[in-house]
Amino acid sequence: MARINLKDIAHSYMSAPEAEADWALKPLNHVWEDGGAYALLGPSGCGKTTLLNIISGLVTPSRGQVLFGEEDVTELPTAQRNIAQVFQFPVIYDTMTVYQNLAFPLRNRKVPEDRIRERVEDVAEMLELSDQLKQRAQRLTADAKQKISLGRGLVRADVAAILFDEPLTVIDPHLKWQLRRKLKQIHDRSGLTLIYVTHDQNEALTFADKVAVMNDGRVLQMGTPQELFEAPQHTFVGFFIGSPGMNFLPCGFEAGAATIEGARLPLKAELAEKAAAAAGELKLGIRPEFLSLARENGESRLEVAVRAVEDLGNFKIVSTELRGRTVKVKVPEDQEVPAETAFLDFPADFTRLYADDQLIG
Amino acid sequence: MEKWEDNRAWFMVLPVFVIVAFSAIIPLMTVVNYSVQDIFGPGEAYFVGTEWFAEMLSNTRLHDALLRQFLFSGLVLLIEIPLGVMIALAMPAQGWRVSLCLVLLALPLLIPWNVIGTIWIIFTRPDIGLMGVSLNALGLEFDHTAAPLDAWVTVMLMEVWHWTPLVALLAYAGLRAIPDAYYQAARIDGASAWAVFRYIQLPKMRGVLTIAVLLRFMDSFLIYAEPFVLTGGGPGNSTTFLSIYLVKLSTAMDLGPAAAFSIIYFLIVLLFCWLFYQALQNVGTGDKS
Amino acid sequence: MSLVFEGVSRKVGAETHIYPMDLALEPGSLNVILGPTLAGKTSILRLMAGLDKPSGGRILIEGADSRGIPLRRRRVAMVYQQFINYPSFTVFDNIASPLRRAGLERAEIDRRVGEIAEVLKLTPLLQRLPAELSGGQQQRTALARALAKDADLLLLDEPLVNLDYKLREELREELRAIFRRRSAIVVYATTEPGEALMIGGRGSVLVLDQGRLLQSGPTLAAYHQPATLRVGAVFSDPPMNLIAGEVADGRARLGADIELPLSGQLARLSPGGYTFGVRANHLFVARQSEDDIAIEARVELAEISGSETFIHAAHSGTSWVAQEEGVHSLGLGEAIQVFVNPRHLFAFDGEGRLMAAPAWSAAPMAAQ
Repeated sequence: MARINLKDIAHSYMSAPEAEADWALKPLNHVWEDGGAYALLGPSGCGKTTLLNIISGLVTPSRGQVLFGEEDVTELPTAQRNIAQVFQFPVIYDTMTVYQNLAFPLRNRKVPEDRIRERVEDVAEMLELSDQLKQRAQRLTADAKQKISLGRGLVRADVAAILFDEPLTVIDPHLKWQLRRKLKQIHDRSGLTLIYVTHDQNEALTFADKVAVMNDGRVLQMGTPQELFEAPQHTFVGFFIGSPGMNFLPCGFEAGAATIEGARLPLKAELAEKAAAAAGELKLGIRPEFLSLARENGESRLEVAVRAVEDLGNFKIVSTELRGRTVKVKVPEDQEVPAETAFLDFPADFTRLYADDQLIG
Repeated sequence: MEKWEDNRAWFMVLPVFVIVAFSAIIPLMTVVNYSVQDIFGPGEAYFVGTEWFAEMLSNTRLHDALLRQFLFSGLVLLIEIPLGVMIALAMPAQGWRVSLCLVLLALPLLIPWNVIGTIWIIFTRPDIGLMGVSLNALGLEFDHTAAPLDAWVTVMLMEVWHWTPLVALLAYAGLRAIPDAYYQAARIDGASAWAVFRYIQLPKMRGVLTIAVLLRFMDSFLIYAEPFVLTGGGPGNSTTFLSIYLVKLSTAMDLGPAAAFSIIYFLIVLLFCWLFYQALQNVGTGDKS
Repeated sequence: MSLVFEGVSRKVGAETHIYPMDLALEPGSLNVILGPTLAGKTSILRLMAGLDKPSGGRILIEGADSRGIPLRRRRVAMVYQQFINYPSFTVFDNIASPLRRAGLERAEIDRRVGEIAEVLKLTPLLQRLPAELSGGQQQRTALARALAKDADLLLLDEPLVNLDYKLREELREELRAIFRRRSAIVVYATTEPGEALMIGGRGSVLVLDQGRLLQSGPTLAAYHQPATLRVGAVFSDPPMNLIAGEVADGRARLGADIELPLSGQLARLSPGGYTFGVRANHLFVARQSEDDIAIEARVELAEISGSETFIHAAHSGTSWVAQEEGVHSLGLGEAIQVFVNPRHLFAFDGEGRLMAAPAWSAAPMAAQ
């Protein structure tokens, strides 16, 4: 199967949506290339699960078409869509063994028993479940159960895409690592399209080649982890990606420099040009990782007061105050932090400007 | 056992203890007392040991009643459990219809037991009852006061009509507790409706069905009011169930045998409840490859 | 108040949930319990709250045996993973409920609820019912109720685990500030090392695993000097990289073919077998300094998480994870060198006890 194409999709859970807020999913067009690893990232209620369910066929969109390759599957039921899904809480068939669980989708599709055995053993091998095939699935740990849910998708030769709905919610942090790694390996090996829904940026960015950041029923940006991190198209993306999120400072523009509460920060000529042409409310955005603390003043530096230091073991987060606005800085674990007054260095390449929350440069 | 921090809490249990003592333990001890004595009148009692028990255990009329009782309870379970599950499966999952269905289902459960008997007497009367008249009009001879089979069918119908709703309500509650993800996963796995029932709904309903089986077994095994009102145990002895026979014995002032019988009765119910419970606990949990 | 565990254990049936354990929590202290699931975190909290009785040992409250103190007279508040509120009460009534039980005057209740609601950003929601709130707001309400109680002992059992990532971040910060202002003993259970540091960076940590207390003390000290291999594992995310090795003839050998002279913290190691460990953030794909050791490895996987890249690499049968700042695209199976500086190595002996740890000074924070 080929790529998944969402054409003018919109969805409302109401029968007669009127206001904009009635739409759980605002109109969007989207293409998922064959074999890609994608993530849908956003806070709860942003529409990401709705979007996932539209792809899997559990929800029929109020408007628009879902195309798998050239075929219109908008009205097709889930079972006929060649799609598998892994849910937030592991779904296993309690009364069956691991083997029977994995064989279940194939038996339902009348695959010959010897072929089933072959597929199940392959998948069990891949998921490191071979030793547990004969155990009753009910007694396994949450991560093994979740692997079984995934396995039931992998055994099917006809599956073209596997969808994940926050699959690691109930997994221990130490095991999350292993499962993430497993997922990546499976993606590389199987060439399946994987679409992963989560509210956890680490999970999304770690898993996916391309991440769609959603909020309020809209896809705000679709990009590689690097793009989302270095050049967020929308202030929400900047806030949501990164921990702590991007610093945003309302600012004005005056003679080639951004003015923050009266403090002047000179901008690159290119950015200054765009800022001069921009309409709307201006904000300056900079990631805590790209800022640095200096003891002396300089060209692209602003004076701040150091308010708090959090030592997180492998790095420190310093909260500073720039004329009444809080700015966070991430500094290496072994760096000394000035006690009271410091100078924040804004590297020109990573200093962004936003007009009405949209990136201008 | 270590001392609990606040022993005063136990005083709260005292009223319950008193009530249970007066309502269960003391009457039970009275029955035990009667079961081992032959009482002629006030102050005239003789200890007879296990004589009444031996007599009751070899009483063929009791054997007949016991067999009848097992047949009845067995049929009740065989009909009501699957039927209740089927009704639950057919019920809507949401919307205003749910409330409607629940109210309709609950109606038979709200009617006093002896009234049920009366309703069915009228309903099945061959001269004026809707069911009796209809069946006779179709050329089927039907008279529960004359034909033992007809009496049985009527009692069964009444019992099923009265109590299947309870099973359905329990099963419905069990079904609603299954998370949506299970159904979604099953759709994705291409499971047929039967497979969904067999591998998701039935295992997930096990808990409530255990309760349903226990309740229905106990209730049907102890059934009294409805058949007593409807058939009075007849025609002949064809619907004389254990409790009806027990009442006949005790009202005939055979208090000793009746007391022994009561205890045997009680032990049988206890034993079977335990057996059912054990069996249902183990269903679907044993390993097999 | 103070809370002391003297050889407290807890068994349920044949299962031991807590092995005999000694603890002493100072009045006003902030304590984080860190451990994976089933470590016994909830069991300890329940013992502290008085919901369960110890199977062995004694719990002393203010020096007095806790068994003499009925549950309702202990001033304990607890917040759970699940968002637990009275469903038929408004947010206001939920927060006010412990105050009403304490018999406070109406005006005083209004004032206190208003104050706490302000701190937890619930003021505009006070007249809503819990069902009309988002998960984050529900948990805020539960927190507010616990705080309103003004307890001597505030217990939190992974309170943020069911919340969205960003909400967790936000609430963590608020909680830090709230805990700092309180005089109660705060005990906060978590599975995440990062959260333990963020919440309890200034307090102490109890590292727990399978019902045993592995280490207790200042959080940063336990992070930098894990007493055992297991503490190192529990207190590192991603897991600490470990490699078996030995010390002989004044040199250390790691794995099959990595050799280095003994220097710095390693200088004191006596000859013998060790397990060497290094945290992922001290493993680099580019040389950082002259005395770095280079390890030939093959990329198994490169995971990118926005600001960092986690590089899984294999070196002669052992797996390594390096955490690099920035985005690094590496192909599967690519041959790379990872660099580790000897000064970042931990060494654990045959029993898993810490024998050497990277230099670290418990310097007082510049700004509090």
